[in-house]
Amino acid sequence: MDIRVENICKKFNDVSAVKNINFIAKKNKTLGILGPNGCGKTTTIGMMLGLITPTSGQIFIENKDIKKIDENEILCQMNFASPYIELPKKLTVRQNLEVYGRLYGVDNLSNRIIEISEELNLNAFLHKKTGELSSGQKNRISLAKSLINKPKILFLDEPTASLDPDIGDFVRNYIENYKSKNEITILLASHNMKEVERLCDSVIMMKEGQIVDRGTCDDIIQRHGRDNLEETFLKIARSKNEVA
Amino acid sequence: MRWHKIYGLSLRHIYLIRSSFPRILDLIYWPSVQVFLWGFISQFFTLNSNYYNNTVGVILTAAILYDFLFRSSISYNMMFLEEIWSRNFTNLFIAPIRISEIIAALTMTSIVKTLIGLIPAVLLAIPIFGVSIFKLGVPLIFLLIGLYLFGISLGLFVTSGLLRFGPSFENIAWASLFFLAPLGCIYYPIEILPGWLQVIAKGLPLVHIFEEMRNILINQTVNTVEIVLSLAISGVYFILGVITFYTAYYGAKIKGTLINIGE
Repeated sequence: MDIRVENICKKFNDVSAVKNINFIAKKNKTLGILGPNGCGKTTTIGMMLGLITPTSGQIFIENKDIKKIDENEILCQMNFASPYIELPKKLTVRQNLEVYGRLYGVDNLSNRIIEISEELNLNAFLHKKTGELSSGQKNRISLAKSLINKPKILFLDEPTASLDPDIGDFVRNYIENYKSKNEITILLASHNMKEVERLCDSVIMMKEGQIVDRGTCDDIIQRHGRDNLEETFLKIARSKNEVA
Repeated sequence: MRWHKIYGLSLRHIYLIRSSFPRILDLIYWPSVQVFLWGFISQFFTLNSNYYNNTVGVILTAAILYDFLFRSSISYNMMFLEEIWSRNFTNLFIAPIRISEIIAALTMTSIVKTLIGLIPAVLLAIPIFGVSIFKLGVPLIFLLIGLYLFGISLGLFVTSGLLRFGPSFENIAWASLFFLAPLGCIYYPIEILPGWLQVIAKGLPLVHIFEEMRNILINQTVNTVEIVLSLAISGVYFILGVITFYTAYYGAKIKGTLINIGE
């Protein structure tokens, strides 16, 4: 599914969090949303997820204005994972997957839970309470929840934050493999530039609510005359605004 | 409304109750304590008051009915707060579930929680104090429906505040019922209140419910008009509660609180 964001603005009282941004997340591609803290990434994702109402502008999914169609129809096709939101801690992993599977109206839910548990190595703690697990395990459960409905659009916010290199690599491999086997558009917000270089087909760089650069990682690195995306990120973050 | 979604969300709370014995104990403990406390007070008044002379259990019945209201409202608030405390709020609001389905799921689950706590208390009151709320007869059903609707309405107002203002509104959740209790005329007739407060009190269903409860137990008559009035007022509060909740939800989307609400 394509996502097209047109002239989106969001003001909280008098503060502009997002200023007239435009971008397209192409079908079956991964778009990285990069930028320093407070640049408007979360607000942008929140608007696409329907959690925040834009002050102005439009968001189209498959060329349909999301304001004009049933929100639930779109939400069925989406999902979101972030280490900053959690699943109920007192429920077991299986119970959480079952609850969300039902909310997303997943067919053959038991089979889907078995399938995703095997893929993400959750079987060993499927019957443990979610709150009793390590952050690496919770992270994989969050990913499992976000894929329970086989979404066509997946939002990932810092999918490997606070993970050790081994589990971080497992998650990145999993996302890569999943994407190769499924029709899915991924929007990835991350501060891990190596992860972005590895997973993203293209990126948008945000700063102070605006998009200041966009393109493939190689294009952006080249344009700024740096060796890697991390250095490019630092250059952009520390420079004066130049809207792309 | 889609029942499988309502069931899915209810399941989250049923699993939570089932998973913890202390939680079940907590649900049963407070209503039972109330029964003991008001049971002894009731016995004392029955022996020493002309008003309650031949009506054993008026106060205890009032206490049980008030606890039903209190538990239904608190259960509703608590389930909503659980989502905030567990930082599950965003997951819930990005799921394809309508607001009406969330309200329905919370309303249905809170009756389960309320009854888990109240049934043992009601049954305890029969052998220990010789008081049965079932003496109210068929009208009891309508009085309970009125109380439940009003309890859920209060829950809707409080959760609207939580949506709009975040967890800092939590204290209001606890205070809301204590604030209305004096006006509800739960343990005393409405005539006790000053004239101007009586006018306000009549705008609440509680006065009509508890006045009718006393009427049935003391005068052995049923005033259908009072029961219908209490149901109608509760219904109005419920509709206002739903409207307030929707308004708060759309307000929260504009304010951006849905994405970062949490402890």
